[in-house]
Amino acid sequence: MHAFYSQYRNQILFGLMAGLLILVAVIQSPSVALTILNLCLISAIMSLGVNIQWGYAGLFNVGVMGFAALGGLAGVLVSMPPVSEAWQAGGFGILLGLLITAGTVVACLMAWSSIKHLTRYRYWIIAGIIVLGYTLLRLFFDPGVDAIEAIDPSVTGYLGGLGLPILVAWPVGALFAAGVAFVIGKIALGLRSDYLAIATLGISEIIIFFIKNEEWLTRGVKNVNGLPRPVPYEIDLQQAQWFQEWALALGLPVDDASAIFVKICYALLFIAVIGVLLWLSETALKSPWGRMMRAIRDNETAAAAMGKDVTWQHLRVFILGSAVIGLAGAMLTTLDGQFTPVGYNPLRFTFLIWVMVIIGGSGNNWGAVLGGFFIWFFWIEAEPIGLWLIETLTAGMDPQSAVRAHLLEGAAHMRLMTVGLILLLTLRYAPEGLIPEKKRL
Amino acid sequence: MSFLLGEHMTGGYGAADILHDCSIGVEKGEIAVIVGPNGAGKSTAMKAVFGMLPLRKGRIVFDGSDVTALKPEERVVKGMGFVPQTHNVFTSMTVEENLEMGAFIRTDSISDSISQVYDLFPILKEKRKQPAGELSGGQRQQVAVGRALMTHPKVLMLDEPTAGVSPIVMDELFDRIIEIARLDVAILMVEQNAKQALEIADKGYVLVQGRNRFTDTGEALLANPEVRKAFLGG
Amino acid sequence: MVDVFNALTVLGNFLIIPGLTYGSQLALGALGVTLVYGVLRFSNFAHGETMAFGAMITILVTWGLQAASISIQPLPTALLAIPVGIVVTVVLTLLIDRFVYRYHRDRKANPVIFLIVSIGVMFFMGGLIRFIIGPGDQIFFDGTRFILKAREFKQMTGLDEGLSLRMTQAVTIITAIIIVAAMFWFLNHTRTGKSMRAYSDNENLALLSGINPDRVVMITWILVAALATIAGTLYGLDKSFKPFVYMQLLLPIFASAIVGGVGNPLGAIAGGYVIAFSELILTFAYKKIILYLGPETLELDSLVQILGTDYKIAVSFIILVIVLIIKPTGLFSGKTI
Repeated sequence: MHAFYSQYRNQILFGLMAGLLILVAVIQSPSVALTILNLCLISAIMSLGVNIQWGYAGLFNVGVMGFAALGGLAGVLVSMPPVSEAWQAGGFGILLGLLITAGTVVACLMAWSSIKHLTRYRYWIIAGIIVLGYTLLRLFFDPGVDAIEAIDPSVTGYLGGLGLPILVAWPVGALFAAGVAFVIGKIALGLRSDYLAIATLGISEIIIFFIKNEEWLTRGVKNVNGLPRPVPYEIDLQQAQWFQEWALALGLPVDDASAIFVKICYALLFIAVIGVLLWLSETALKSPWGRMMRAIRDNETAAAAMGKDVTWQHLRVFILGSAVIGLAGAMLTTLDGQFTPVGYNPLRFTFLIWVMVIIGGSGNNWGAVLGGFFIWFFWIEAEPIGLWLIETLTAGMDPQSAVRAHLLEGAAHMRLMTVGLILLLTLRYAPEGLIPEKKRL
Repeated sequence: MSFLLGEHMTGGYGAADILHDCSIGVEKGEIAVIVGPNGAGKSTAMKAVFGMLPLRKGRIVFDGSDVTALKPEERVVKGMGFVPQTHNVFTSMTVEENLEMGAFIRTDSISDSISQVYDLFPILKEKRKQPAGELSGGQRQQVAVGRALMTHPKVLMLDEPTAGVSPIVMDELFDRIIEIARLDVAILMVEQNAKQALEIADKGYVLVQGRNRFTDTGEALLANPEVRKAFLGG
Repeated sequence: MVDVFNALTVLGNFLIIPGLTYGSQLALGALGVTLVYGVLRFSNFAHGETMAFGAMITILVTWGLQAASISIQPLPTALLAIPVGIVVTVVLTLLIDRFVYRYHRDRKANPVIFLIVSIGVMFFMGGLIRFIIGPGDQIFFDGTRFILKAREFKQMTGLDEGLSLRMTQAVTIITAIIIVAAMFWFLNHTRTGKSMRAYSDNENLALLSGINPDRVVMITWILVAALATIAGTLYGLDKSFKPFVYMQLLLPIFASAIVGGVGNPLGAIAGGYVIAFSELILTFAYKKIILYLGPETLELDSLVQILGTDYKIAVSFIILVIVLIIKPTGLFSGKTI
């Protein structure tokens, strides 16, 4: 029995997962099952990204939310139509502002390296440059921002995007995340693991603050709705002759059929992406590079002594993993069809992803994917399951009872407790996760 | 049977043994010194006696009872004191607090013991309100020894007490150690400075590769030409 | 001259009093984080939830007291309920330590594993809190709202600007002073407190000295739970109680602890005020001050803020990141508990 399990573990576990989704399709509805599946796929990609950083290299990145949001931002900036009035009104100020920012950064970097001998005053000089740059920035930037945000604020009030197909946003989202990861990695990767965790958590919050507040770029808390889709719209399908016939043939109402069709289209797109990523990750893990990364993770000092450039390899892995998270972020925004900055909270976008990686099995790509599926499934289904549980357990109680009402109300929060418990139990009884890392040489 | 005796000790941290049938003992009021080349297992032997190394064979007898199964902290309660080679003071705490912590297991008044330590190491009295981390190397060693003395141990074990201190401070420390031994305390120490240590030793153990090589009085070892040639630099 | 007093009043009312209040809340929170770090050697991500849990129990007891018409006017009833909150929170943290952390401690697990474990605890406690009291806003403040009203101050002094002091602000600041003083007395003058410092300083030597690690760990959790309950309740009284807010508070608290040098209690206190005042100073609208102090003819159309008010909390993150990068040991490093 045990031998059978260990030989076919992956098949059994993924089969179980498929079974659960099919169960949902039967009990609830196929549409719900597909919604869960699509988000499972995106979660799996995020979890793959974290696994690249943690599983391959032992980097403790708790800034997942920030990278996902950057990917989402790419969705807006690539796909939304440009707002030409806004560009005319404030474009110049914004561009000048960006130039000033770039100039300040360059000045700081140059000053930093050219005044090495002035150790005592170095920080003050840099601070001076930053204050000067910031004042200049505010002087030119603010009027531009005000002008842009004044243009039809209820509909636009921002610069808009490039008006390109949204699929372009996926790689762009990855690039955004990679770019920011480069900067973060450069400054923070030298930190001890728990400091790195806190630093990345802080940076991800800063990114979200930026996105929430820089309305000229992101519309902030006003959200960006109606992002273009890579798949057909339900309404078009419902009106198309061929689709109506097709739905009729399947015996489904046209409304339901169109919703399911759209979700299947998304699922296929996502599966294609996850397939490519898994293939790449597995190839990388098996390559000499993967071997070196494991050597670095397991004994940094020894690897450094053998002449491996640990810092550079860490930076590379950090960028790669973040790019994957950014890609998933862009995909999520695409699926949602909207960009809602207030929706990004660390519980859902950072810690939950971490739970996925730990439970799936750190260091194992298939494990990360499975973890993404499992945890997302429970995150969504814990509420109905909890509700059902409490209803069954309190069935004998007076329906009017305040205790019962309170318990039913509380069922919605069962998922936090469940996820917490699953994580704690995993760490204790199966610290290697559902699909442990393969022992490679 | 010695007052403190580690008999036929065999064991190590991992799969490979570091100690091989090594025996070390010390009597009350005596100073026993373990010397030997680098990597001879001197500190390991000491740690084994104190219960910080899992033993595969052998036993530790202290004051007539077998303590082999006891944890280090339980041995402290029994009356064994240990001064580690490094990290042997609480750097962020004052000298006096270090001494207080040394007496943590005691429930009676400790002021007498504190003044006893101050009598032994007068400089500590002067610096009693200073954090131990701010003291010089020699003073720190005095704090470390003082801390271990606070429980009135019947045996005091010192792991290279003179590592990294100047020769003058070393002589002074040795003088103090002799004084402690005169209080009827058994002293077992590991020393890098073999010659000087053997001069004050009642008993000396020369270890090589985890085995007893020579065991004799300090004087006899110093006189032994073989020992002189191989371990004391002629 | 009157202008100067007016300007000072504005500063006092909008910067100094709020800064001291928020700083006290952060300092108490950071003290808890620092104690866990100093003794148990990990960053406790569940600390925000511990604060929320303690505050929640206090709220439940406060409601009970209010229903029974027991009060300590003019002080808020919650102060009466805090001891119960502390006891329940202590029990919960000790249970969690017994069933969760101890296993990993016995195994001498890596600090990162502890950190991840604390994330699990965070999820669990977060769920428990929302399950019991719900995710919504809870108001439990009663008693006198103001000690000094702006209008009264204006009448008293004849200034144009008012200075107000809310009861919750005074209670927060005074409680924080008392708790911090008690804490330092405990750490520096009691045998148990010293044994905690010794354990934090040098675990092995503490063992050799016969200090019982289980006891040190237990005392630490008791203190942490008490501090968290008090900090959580004070914050809830001053602002309002909402479970989600406490998670957001975690980062400013970490920032305070790290700015002060993690593991250093004095630093944690200082860090709390540094963070609180930086947030306020950087987002303060200096317009009024400049108008009072500047020449008569001066006119300003902007608020003269260094950063928009929206960026208030972000300031603490930015300071956190800068300190981590430039001086990860903190500004007041060199001393552990």
